[in-house]
Amino acid sequence: MPKKYEIRLSGSGGQGLILAGIILADASLLQGINAIQSQSYGPEARGGASKSEVIISETEINYPKVQKCDMLLCLTQKSYDQYIASLKNDGILIIDDSIELRGANGFKILSLPILKTANIEMKRPMVANIISLGVISKVLDIVKEENILKAVLKRVPPGTDVINETAFYKGASMI
Amino acid sequence: MSDQIKLLQGNEACVEGALAAGMEFYAGYPITPSTEIAEISAQKLPAIGGHFIQMEDEIAGMAATLGASLAGKKSMTATSGPGFSLKQENLGYGCIAEIPCVIVNVQRGGPSTGLPTSPSQGDIMQAKWGTHGDHPIIALYPNSVQEIFDITIECFNMAEKYRTPVILLLDEIIAHMREKVDLSSKDSIKIIDRKRPTGPKEGYLPYKADEDLIPNMADFGTGYRQHVTGLTHDVTGFPSNSPIVALDMMTRLMKKIEINKKDIVKYEEYRLADADFAIVAFGATSRAAKDTVNRLREDGIKAGLFRPITIWPIAEDELISLSKKVNKIIVAEMNMGQYVNEVERVACKNCSVEFYGRFDGQPINPDEIYDFAMEVLR
Repeated sequence: MPKKYEIRLSGSGGQGLILAGIILADASLLQGINAIQSQSYGPEARGGASKSEVIISETEINYPKVQKCDMLLCLTQKSYDQYIASLKNDGILIIDDSIELRGANGFKILSLPILKTANIEMKRPMVANIISLGVISKVLDIVKEENILKAVLKRVPPGTDVINETAFYKGASMI
Repeated sequence: MSDQIKLLQGNEACVEGALAAGMEFYAGYPITPSTEIAEISAQKLPAIGGHFIQMEDEIAGMAATLGASLAGKKSMTATSGPGFSLKQENLGYGCIAEIPCVIVNVQRGGPSTGLPTSPSQGDIMQAKWGTHGDHPIIALYPNSVQEIFDITIECFNMAEKYRTPVILLLDEIIAHMREKVDLSSKDSIKIIDRKRPTGPKEGYLPYKADEDLIPNMADFGTGYRQHVTGLTHDVTGFPSNSPIVALDMMTRLMKKIEINKKDIVKYEEYRLADADFAIVAFGATSRAAKDTVNRLREDGIKAGLFRPITIWPIAEDELISLSKKVNKIIVAEMNMGQYVNEVERVACKNCSVEFYGRFDGQPINPDEIYDFAMEVLR
């Protein structure tokens, strides 16, 4: 396990990726390990490529910004194009299957129907972030799946537990 | 996980700290990247019987903050660079009239409206010299969400103890990031309240100081007659043109901070015990510098970090000792060279001082400080 695990969640503004980052950081704390979450602000957060970052570590985290990602999630082509260079050569790339890979290789690539599942199957575009967390819970060794789910249920609006839990498991079952 | 351990944003932790310290009043005008402080204060203050007021601008926000304090309430305002500029006139009023309060400045890129959403440490000198005339100021600058909570409490305590406005400097990075905070310390922290007069109302002298150089402060409306002015004044609080009065007032104002520097000046030393090279950094930059120190140590370079938490007054004695111990100091800050001038002033007789700055709205990362260190150490 690396000393420090750096995750970047990217997509477009409104996809709930900031909340997803907060949930991952919360889940780490639930597990008793350190985490820092930060996000892009300003014009880039509204439309365009927006990002949320989480650093998870069993030791103290000093510099709070992601430098090279161990894991990169991209939900849009634009965010993929913008952030692919920040992924470590042996990192994990999780992308929506609508994204065209442009010469990316060396990474472990998981191309999955995240947006389709949210938009068409569940008819709720806003759960794309929770589906993504379900996927992440299966590939992220440092935080347990149960803690991520617990953090999801702690942070989502009251009355949406069932829909979010379903979304989480739909993501988890993609792996 | 205890329910006192929370994932909080820096700005949220600032409000939690203020409430723990006894804040009952907030006045201000929201501005990025400090807006959450106003938002959360607006949510939380009414629930505890306190008051939140959004004023027409930052000047009025600062005025209301001072007014509430004169009425006996612990008060705070928060802003960023452009608003901090507007607050300066009333900040000076707070210094001369000795009104305790806390002013938060979440620094962003300047000058003027500059880079609203980007981090900066460009207001280090403004915190001290933004308002005109000689005056004492206390400014503290934490570097983690936990420390924002703790140091906000400290700011209120110092404001109350020394009857002076205290500035809490933050930057966009630490204000907006989320990190673990343990709020359980809330139950054990010491809360300081201003000294209030207990003697007869008749003959009360609002600016007559005790031996500790701090006058007792009566709440407006409690029957102790007082006059508050921005003009130079004597012990009655009424204006005076007398050179003796001016000399006495100014000397006491400066001295009440000067003699308490041991209590006010806070800092962190990291791996400095055997160091012959030091990085000086604060706020978000100090977190990058800590990573740099660790990396330099892996290379066998005896590096250490000196992190001033109290920016004003300057940690002069500590920096002098540091300069006698190491051969070289690098000051890294997100500006074109501000704190470095103070370090040079106190350290240049004993060691060389180098500056690494960044002012493009991007944070200083550990790698660039490392590269710069390798360059100057060659």
